[in-house]
Amino acid sequence: MTAAVSVENLVVDYDGFLALDTVSIEVAAGQSFGLVGESGSGKSTLLRAIAGLAPVSAGTITVNGQRLAARYRDKAFFRKVQMVFQDPYGSLHPRQTVDRLLLEPLAIHGIDNAEPRILRALDEVGLGSSFRFRYSHQLSGGQRQRIAIARALIIEPSILLLDEPTSALDASVQAEVLNLLEQVRRDRNLTFLMVSHDLGVVTHMCERLAVMKSGKVVERLSSGDLARGEVSQTYTKDLMVASKGFVRTATDASPAG
Amino acid sequence: MTTMLTVDDLRVSFPTRTGVIEAVRGVSFTLGRERLGIVGESGSGKSQTGRAIMGLTPAHAQITARSLNFDGIELLTATPKLRRSLRGNRIAMILQDPKYSLNPVMSIGRQIVETLRTHEKVSSGEARDRAIAMLEAVQIRDAARVFDLYPHEVSGGMGQRAMIAMMLIAGPELLIADEPTSALDVTVQLEVLGILDRLVADRGMGLIFISHDLRLVSSFCDRVIVMYAGRVVEEIAASDLSNAKHPYTQGLLNCMPSIGTSRHPLPVLDRKPEWAL
Repeated sequence: MTAAVSVENLVVDYDGFLALDTVSIEVAAGQSFGLVGESGSGKSTLLRAIAGLAPVSAGTITVNGQRLAARYRDKAFFRKVQMVFQDPYGSLHPRQTVDRLLLEPLAIHGIDNAEPRILRALDEVGLGSSFRFRYSHQLSGGQRQRIAIARALIIEPSILLLDEPTSALDASVQAEVLNLLEQVRRDRNLTFLMVSHDLGVVTHMCERLAVMKSGKVVERLSSGDLARGEVSQTYTKDLMVASKGFVRTATDASPAG
Repeated sequence: MTTMLTVDDLRVSFPTRTGVIEAVRGVSFTLGRERLGIVGESGSGKSQTGRAIMGLTPAHAQITARSLNFDGIELLTATPKLRRSLRGNRIAMILQDPKYSLNPVMSIGRQIVETLRTHEKVSSGEARDRAIAMLEAVQIRDAARVFDLYPHEVSGGMGQRAMIAMMLIAGPELLIADEPTSALDVTVQLEVLGILDRLVADRGMGLIFISHDLRLVSSFCDRVIVMYAGRVVEEIAASDLSNAKHPYTQGLLNCMPSIGTSRHPLPVLDRKPEWAL
């Protein structure tokens, strides 16, 4: 079995509110797996639980065959698994230069050759060395998200957890960041676990996806099924309609003025 | 179609320590009782255009125009008092995120009533009834209960509907919606847009819909203005969008991933310096 990430019957309980209610997913190594759903469906909580940022009360999480504790994650785990957050305006330290930001994970994990690694990481995300001594407020949203991706990649993880990596970005910049993510996945044979509320983005990026609602997985399907419209749950269909953005048809259906 | 709003050569610039930043550089358009979309990426000046019409440009900014005319009133030379009487009453604006644009320490009902009583002399009882009727018009079930709730107690979609109710209660003729659904879930987006669309159509308002999502705008509006670097690069009927001529418009249309099309990598915008000239 080559499951890179395997989650079984996971429960996350916030004082009686079940953010995750017996959720199971399995992501094969090298696969790109998407999680779709509305706010509060638990898709981000699932990522956070894997990263050790959410209180797990039942169930098991296995990464590369190793069973993880409910909360504690050791350094070796973060060497393998890194996360990119939604809001690049909030996830970069405002008083650190790009150089400092990228040095931090190297220092934590005791990796040498920092200088060439930082330059290579910047190069890989298409920014170049001229960005090295800038502060994050001197960068645009798309550039910040590239730095966040560079920071995650600099310690050469095998699994990347992506929490709505492009939803804070403009449509035109989103395409660039999605292309970058695909590029690095191909180059490094990474496993992606990607959360998004946009079905278009998830089907573009992922081979398989799970649709979540109210803390449960309501449907698991492949992007191909989705593209052909072979979905069984009405909720998934609703999401498909919404992602097309045909507002006029939605209002024509109801009696307009 | 009668023209309600004329914008001719609008310029907004911000003096900063490192020089003058020209956010809007000569934007011109006219608006009747129709739905006009303004599309562009961050920093293209679309929001500043909306704010200039509304009169919400920061005080240190320099704003000039050959004409910024709303229903015979020259907005840039109007007295602050006259502009204040227009704002919220005849021109209203819906902002992006209800989490930040609603007053957190005032109940939703009181905020709506405040708008109404600023512009009309009505008794508090009548104001309350009209606010509840307006909340019902934006399809909030149990409007009397929501009237007494605070913004943090409602969901984003509900908050945005309350925001729409607040903006429409004084019966404005022109509504400026600045990314009204960007902070909402995709499923809620359609619902809120549907409500907005119906109210705008019923009341015969003019609508300026500002967004970075070209597809969304084109499915919602009659006409679309595409902005880039503070200028209008293309004006096109929404139905005619597939024949867009400007490479930036075409790029915006192409760069969105959609279900059922497999394009790897996605086409990205190749920004030409001459677009910004």
